[in-house]
Amino acid sequence: MKRFLFNLMLVVLIAVVLAVWVMLPWMGVLAAAVLLALWLGLTRNGRQTVSVTSVGLRTLGQRLGSVSVIVIGIAGVVGVLVALLAMGSGLSATLQGGGRDDTAIVLRGGSTSEAQSVLVRSDVDAITQEPGVQQDAKGKPLASAELVVAANVRKKGSDDDANAQLRGIDPMAWALRPDLKIIRGRKFHTGMRELVVGEGAAREFAHMDVGDTVKLGREDWKVVGVFASHDAYDSELWADRAAVSDAFRRGNSAESVLVRLTSPAAFDRFKAALASDPKLKVEAQTTRDYFAKQSEQLTRVIRVVGITVGVIMAIGAVFGALNCMFAAVASRAREIATLRAIGFRGTPVVTSVMLETMLLALAGGVLGAAVVWLLFNGYTASTLSGFNQVVFRFRVDPALIWTGLKWALAIGFVGGLFPAVRAARLPVSTALREL
Amino acid sequence: MKYLHLIWAGLFRRKSRTLLTLVSIVAAFVLFGLLDSVSIAFSAGNSVEGAGRLIVTSRMSMQQALPESLGARIKAVPGVTDVASANWFGGVYQDARNQVISFAVSPSYIDLYPELTLPADQRKAWMATRTGAIVGAALAKKFGWKVGDKIPLQSTIFPSKASGGQTWTFDIAGIFHAKDPKAAGREQMLMFHWKYFDENNAFGSGTVHWYVVKVADPAHADAVANAIDTLSANSDHETKTQTEQAFQASFIKQMANVGLIVASIMGAVFFTLLLLTGNTMMQAVRERTSELAVFKTIGFSSRSVLWMVLAESVLLLVLGGSIGLGVVALVIPGMAAASGGMLPIHGLDPRTWGLGVALMLIIGVVVGLLPALRAMRLNIVDALSGR
Repeated sequence: MKRFLFNLMLVVLIAVVLAVWVMLPWMGVLAAAVLLALWLGLTRNGRQTVSVTSVGLRTLGQRLGSVSVIVIGIAGVVGVLVALLAMGSGLSATLQGGGRDDTAIVLRGGSTSEAQSVLVRSDVDAITQEPGVQQDAKGKPLASAELVVAANVRKKGSDDDANAQLRGIDPMAWALRPDLKIIRGRKFHTGMRELVVGEGAAREFAHMDVGDTVKLGREDWKVVGVFASHDAYDSELWADRAAVSDAFRRGNSAESVLVRLTSPAAFDRFKAALASDPKLKVEAQTTRDYFAKQSEQLTRVIRVVGITVGVIMAIGAVFGALNCMFAAVASRAREIATLRAIGFRGTPVVTSVMLETMLLALAGGVLGAAVVWLLFNGYTASTLSGFNQVVFRFRVDPALIWTGLKWALAIGFVGGLFPAVRAARLPVSTALREL
Repeated sequence: MKYLHLIWAGLFRRKSRTLLTLVSIVAAFVLFGLLDSVSIAFSAGNSVEGAGRLIVTSRMSMQQALPESLGARIKAVPGVTDVASANWFGGVYQDARNQVISFAVSPSYIDLYPELTLPADQRKAWMATRTGAIVGAALAKKFGWKVGDKIPLQSTIFPSKASGGQTWTFDIAGIFHAKDPKAAGREQMLMFHWKYFDENNAFGSGTVHWYVVKVADPAHADAVANAIDTLSANSDHETKTQTEQAFQASFIKQMANVGLIVASIMGAVFFTLLLLTGNTMMQAVRERTSELAVFKTIGFSSRSVLWMVLAESVLLLVLGGSIGLGVVALVIPGMAAASGGMLPIHGLDPRTWGLGVALMLIIGVVVGLLPALRAMRLNIVDALSGR
């Protein structure tokens, strides 16, 4: 009964520590590490811990099997977790990257994406004349009506078809996206069947290099340039709006209007003006909001999957670590009992076993994160967002590696605690008597 | 078999170690079961009877409309037994987050999907109601719809002439069920009459987004598909005809290479598991050196000692693996329900069980081999004297 209560207490302790650990920012972790170092260096118990731990660490070589189980097991958990989260973070960075506060996108009321929206010519004219829209030096509104169609293209190096997003734009579109740069070739000429393709599209789809000709809709298009913008546009093909609507029989309509506002603060005025116009049934959002909404669901799914897989793997790794540390403690039972007999107290023994496990866990975490960083940082992949292909890069950033290391240490903590307590509670006389 | 008791006793000689190892194995196989089920759900295209069906879309893109008149011409193609059409509707119920998979279909559409059952009286009622709609059982349950209900749906694409806005009103005339649990994904759909759609749609008319074609002989599907595409060759509405599986697979392939992700995760997991159980078995045999020597002394052959150690490690894996897959089998219905029909899985696929059992046996043998060989080569005299 007493033992049961004691174990229950340990479990509660673990839950509390884990909860605090999850919340702890990096400053807190740093402070804890400094405190630990001070305790190790300055107090009597601390110095005892250091010597016991160093004995443990020196015997690691003899237990290579169990040590590698802990290190590689935890490396696996951290690696898979960081890789999945890097996928999510890369995707959301790509999808949200193009968003700005001083640019608004106008869609027909009730539409949640460009593909669902339709705006007729008179809508477009009215929208660009509303207050809050910035004008260029010649007094023309900085606005671009755009038409997006899904075009069948070939994936590079295979016979599979993919849906590429073909965007028909007005000349102002370039000015509305200041981060976008032409990296090869030139912009298309208005009225010609010429394409400028995103960097991601050029990499992912066949026949997308400058000088190539590709069939989209009923027509042949000449690729004249490649642009880079490091966001969702990178996966798109851009062409003159009139040419696109002609090839895909879309008449005079557009799907969205992108406008530059005089300032981010002008958005409310612009939105109110649209709402009060009885002829218009449209809704405006800043592009930052719009892109964030587009990527919300997909990134959430990836996060949930990543964490679920991580948790299940972590459970497996915790028990693997427990197993190995129990074995380590058992094999050193006499040694530990001897230490206790000559006056070492319980705390140094407990702490040293914990320290050993957590150091191994940390090594595993670093290994896993390093492998993922080497293999996956910048790795390009593509997925379907709505109807169309989005090309994105995995992003293994320091924050993710930090998350991975926190997981590793948490696994080490749980895996080391029970064996440590067992080591400290072992009755000295029985342990010494055991062969 | 007569040694089972002995093997069992050996396995649970150190209860805590075996239990800890078991939990790790269970975790690995839970992960395997879940990921493999998801991967199968994605790759199967959740249709079993699709072999005889072709999907005809515009060659330009699947959102591009085709003329409605093309249907009659497709039907005249030799080898085609039936044709139905469908349109995207993009319906949402009450809130933009409640997306409803909704299509405007021609009357014979439901006949092309024999895996869906609609009671004859409800079918008759549906045909007689201009604004009638039929909904899948899962969808009806989700929103609490019953036959006879009048429901408003907002179309994210098409304004309605009747309401002057995005709202369309439907009368639920029937609820259909999926015969095969593998087609349960289709229970999330709502279908209504193309005629109502065409008349009430404020944008152009006379168009459909895709045709479903039933072919007489699936073996000749390719020839029929070519014949259909020839109908519209060089016109302004060229078509692309493919089997239903190919159509669905093209979506899934683009979504992500699920198979590759699953395979890499499982690779990492099983590599770790191999190390972990291998280590456990090594320890177990090392500890029992003298016991094994006693076995040999009282007449067990070297070979049977080898088999006993191997059997022990395989038993460990099979035990853990079966518990893991059992847990998955229990969890999956809940997961499928929580995903709101996004994951069309209804239990553990026999293929997952098969692959799982194969993995258990292989890992068990690989892990047990080294310790077993060690046990076999054991020299009685050395082992007993502790050398």
